[in-house]
Amino acid sequence: MNKLNFLQPDKNNLNTYLYTGVILVGLSIFIVFLNSFFNKDIISFLPGSISFFLPLILGFIGLHLIRIDYSGLKFLDSINKNINTNNFNAFLSLLIVFVVIKSLPPLLSWFILDANIAGDSKDVCTGSGACWTYIKIWFNRFMYGMYPNAEQWRINLSFIALAFLGTIGFFATEKFKKYLTLYYVVVYPVIAFFFIFFFISGGPIFFDFSYGIIAAVISVIIGFFIPSKFKMYYFIIVPITLYILLKYVFFYEELIELGKLEALEWVETGAWGGLSLTFIVSFFCLIFCFPIGLFLSLGRRSDFPIIKYFSIGMIEFWRGVPLITVLFMSSVMFPMFLPEDMFIDKLVRVIIAISLFEAAYVAEVIRGGLQALPRGQYDAAKSLGMGYWKMHILVILPQALKLVIPGIANTFLALVKDTPLIFVVGLLEIVGMLNLAKTNPEWLGFAMEGYVFASVLFFIICYAMSKYSYNLEQKYKTER
Amino acid sequence: MSDKIIQITEMNKWFGDFQVLKNINLEVEKNKKIVVCGPSGSGKSTLIRCINRLEEHQQGSIIVDGNELTEDTKDIEKIRAEVGMVFQQFNLFPHLSILDNCTLAPIWVKKMPKNDAEELALQHLEKVQIADQASKYPGQLSGGQQQRCAIARALCMEPKIMLFDEPTSALDPEMIKEVLDAMVNLAKAGMTMIVVTHEMGFAKEVADEVIFMDEGMIVERAETKEFFANPKSDRTKLFLSQIL
Repeated sequence: MNKLNFLQPDKNNLNTYLYTGVILVGLSIFIVFLNSFFNKDIISFLPGSISFFLPLILGFIGLHLIRIDYSGLKFLDSINKNINTNNFNAFLSLLIVFVVIKSLPPLLSWFILDANIAGDSKDVCTGSGACWTYIKIWFNRFMYGMYPNAEQWRINLSFIALAFLGTIGFFATEKFKKYLTLYYVVVYPVIAFFFIFFFISGGPIFFDFSYGIIAAVISVIIGFFIPSKFKMYYFIIVPITLYILLKYVFFYEELIELGKLEALEWVETGAWGGLSLTFIVSFFCLIFCFPIGLFLSLGRRSDFPIIKYFSIGMIEFWRGVPLITVLFMSSVMFPMFLPEDMFIDKLVRVIIAISLFEAAYVAEVIRGGLQALPRGQYDAAKSLGMGYWKMHILVILPQALKLVIPGIANTFLALVKDTPLIFVVGLLEIVGMLNLAKTNPEWLGFAMEGYVFASVLFFIICYAMSKYSYNLEQKYKTER
Repeated sequence: MSDKIIQITEMNKWFGDFQVLKNINLEVEKNKKIVVCGPSGSGKSTLIRCINRLEEHQQGSIIVDGNELTEDTKDIEKIRAEVGMVFQQFNLFPHLSILDNCTLAPIWVKKMPKNDAEELALQHLEKVQIADQASKYPGQLSGGQQQRCAIARALCMEPKIMLFDEPTSALDPEMIKEVLDAMVNLAKAGMTMIVVTHEMGFAKEVADEVIFMDEGMIVERAETKEFFANPKSDRTKLFLSQIL
């Protein structure tokens, strides 16, 4: 047997070192484990400070002993390579393991072991853990806000339908693939708007504004099948005809006033709330802020002074003011500038305000991508005879947008997490509802549960978005 | 007039205060191959970029195929579509496959049906011998292959004139040959070409005329044989003695 040198473990006495090391590390973890889970201190006979540091010292020596290069054992090598490369890293790894073990019991006890979920009043929450009963009772409010219970199926149905329509891209056949972008950029948002507007909001089915949208959508869809020779005439005549037909023939005012076409009960936007409102606001803001930001970023690089300075002004203004003031202005100041009989819904104003605000950030992110492209790409596109729009749509933007996916995802995540600020105009999405529930006299003292619940929901949403953006990045990676 | 496809008269261009091109007069007849050479910074690249109006000139006139290039030329894109250009840095579109690089402009600028465009692209890719790489992305090809693809891409627009801006300067010696071969084939097929290059071998082989530029001026213009055999100006002699 070779001489043992404990300061320099080597491969010759692999087993001796390995067993001693593993026993020491195991012992140290065991001590901490017992201490943390069963509150038993088996080394309490030692003086205070030694018993406190003993697990660390034992584990440290153990890790030192098993640090053998090229031991031939795959598992050992991977441990050494990843968490045990030198004394300092071994120390950090041990600390992290101990902290995790130490913090598990209190977390477990708060979240599960001592938590209550049964019953339906505050009285059942006797344990020292979380009171999930509170979340259970208020769950409905956290999801739907003040939306009437009997009408909530409308929200569910809309969201399920929209989610389904959103996944259509995965099932599209080759033939329809080329229309997908158009579908997601134009058709899908319009459908979403219809659902929100007629279904979740409810009320009289048709009025002027919607005639216009319906006419436009129908004519665009049919427009695909019209030979390009007639397209000009088609798009001038058909939408207007449709509009007039809708307004004066199919759904003339008397019909509506008679209440024959009164459909669903109208729920004013002030009553919307909870997670569904978070989704609605985020969804529309994401949809609107991207194209606005795109045009602002192009505008900022434009050669025309008016467009250029308008874009710069917009970007700098919206970036320069806090969102909370923008929202406040949109609800308090903005209506003062409108004619008296004109009314724009609170939710619409909020969505416009957030969209413009985030568009400024999106614009600067996209501009970063545009500037990263070499000038040669512009030259090449121009030399092939492409004009400004063709060059940007076919060559510049696909590359620039691919570059800025992480930045855009960043902005979008920030947007989703900014939505709780709409409480300043009295719209209560999930965090707003939490604040409301928190101050309910019957349910005082459960703020913690509420915030944990909201954090988990936000984390799930944001993590999903971030994962999706990462997938997009991988998908469009064409470099070697 | 009819066979003069490019006419440049009294053209001047400044970058800020610095005059890059001075009094350029140049006429190029159809199907002629012209090589432009000269030291770095002599304005060769700027000159051919002006023909494509990637750079604007401040004085004088440039007439390409009967259309004068001015600030208010509405159809600058149409003129550019007739003038193909190959760059030193290839400038392929990295987000598109080789085939899509070649079909992009024919489909969207010339409104060619997709199938026709692909057929045409494959023909041209075949000519430069990279048809087998058609489905790859530019990042996966060698420099020489990329440059040949760039030539094919320009040819897919079926241009009347081809401009080459130091097409081989960014390549290593082995790849230079494959690109030059492609250009020689193109020259033999009768294309009007203006080539900025330092490859004097290429100039001797295909050029009808050689232009020597220095400090923004055309110092000498002569038939190829004449140019190499007995150059007139001292500056040209000096240049040739160093480069050959």
